[in-house]
Order: sequence, then structure tokens, then C-alpha cells
Amino acid sequence: MNGPLSVATIVVALVLAAWYFLRSALDRAPSRLDLLAMAGLSALVTVLVVVAVIGLFDGTRPSDTATFGGYLVTTVCFAPAAIWLARLEPTRWGSLILGVGAVVLPVLVLRLQQIASVIS
Amino acid sequence: MSTSTRPRDAALGTGLGRVLLLVYGTFALSASARALVQISTRFSEAPLAYLLSALAGVIYLAATVGLAVGGPRGRLIALVSCSIELLGVLVVGTLSIADKVAFPDDTVWSRYGSGYGYVPLILPFIGLWWIRYQRPSRNRDQQA
Repeated sequence: MNGPLSVATIVVALVLAAWYFLRSALDRAPSRLDLLAMAGLSALVTVLVVVAVIGLFDGTRPSDTATFGGYLVTTVCFAPAAIWLARLEPTRWGSLILGVGAVVLPVLVLRLQQIASVIS
Repeated sequence: MSTSTRPRDAALGTGLGRVLLLVYGTFALSASARALVQISTRFSEAPLAYLLSALAGVIYLAATVGLAVGGPRGRLIALVSCSIELLGVLVVGTLSIADKVAFPDDTVWSRYGSGYGYVPLILPFIGLWWIRYQRPSRNRDQQA
């Protein structure tokens, strides 16, 4: 859970978030490229979650497996939910939705790392 | 402007409202999930804190639904839940600092939501402002 993959995810998410906030501040609706970039981030997060799920089967489980599982499901669903809402909102607020989504993802990844490091 | 083509009673859940929908939805999920884990695994440790966690989850859920439904009923649901939310974060935030014994474990609203970047403290203000900003009389004025 602490590999370069999660670091890459966090960095990409924060860079994208800055970009989306800028777009929203400039009163721009999410472009096709913006949505595709968020889909890319979503794919990255999915890979991260799959790696974490595989990790659950190699013996070292977090003490709070239920919470960990809940966070995994939330993390994997979050970006698609943001993309869905942003597509419903083709205004500056759509860009803000993507920005909020991209800011929450690093938090979720950090929480996953926190829970995973408490191994029973 | 594209906003004029939207149905008037749906205005609560569009524009900035849709951003609020995402944030409230996130908090509804995280507060409810947290309460579920706390109550099902260690309820006796801090019953008050865990019940407040559950209440917070329900309030956020109600606010999300109110924003999504829109119209007079959605407005009322959102208004009531955002008001309780504001009251809750202020009261629980204060109590969690003043009386640490009653709050040995954290809720979303503990220390004014510091564990969530103080978003729980700011959110009800934005929510209530948005509900007021989108009040029907304002739209009627625009139509007349």
C-alpha cells in the first residue's frame, strides 16, 4: 500500500485538482480532455485498489478488515461518481466537482495506508 | 445562460448545488460507515459519541436527499438538516473540547470537524447560504 503507485496516484490527483480548480475559477466547463484525465486517474486508483485487494490474500491483513474494505469500495467508486456528476453539470461547477473529487482521492488513499499499516 | 432552461424547482440540485451534492454525499457515506463500524464493534466504549456519529450520518444523508430532490419539499428537508448539522457541529465541537470524558472517541463533529479538515464546520454555512440563495421568491422576482 506504500509503494510508488500510491505516491504517483496522490501526485497525479493533486496536480489534476489544481488544474480543475483553475478551470472552475476561469469559469470553464469540464472539457472532454478534463473528463478523460479524471477517467485516467480513476483507472490509476482502480489498479491501486486491485493491488490492495490482492494484498489482502497474502496473509497480512489490516486489523480492521471491514473498515479497510469499506474504504476500498469507496475509493474505487469515488472518481466515477465525480465524473458522472460533472457530466450532468456542464458549467464551471462541473469543473469544481472534478476538483473536489481529485482532492478527496488522496485523502482516501492516505486513509487506506493508515488502516493498512495497523496490522493485527 | 444555460441556467434559465433548467426546471425552476430543480435549481437546488444544480450548479453549486451539485458540488454540494458530491460533498454531502461523501460525508453521508463516511459518517454512516464510521458509525456502523463503531456501533457494531465497540458500542459500549463511547455510546454517546457513536450515537452522535450515527445521527451525523443520517443528517448528511437527509441533506443529500433534500438537495437532490429539490422543490419545496427538498428545500425543507435540506433546510432542516443543514440547520441541525450547524447546531450539531457547534454543540458537539464545543462539548468534545470541554468534556473529553464524554467523547473518548471521535465523531465527524468532534473538535469542530478538525479530523476532516474543518469541512464539517464550513459545510453547513455554505449549505444554508445556498438554500437561501436559491429561495423560490428570488426566482419569482426574476420572472416578473
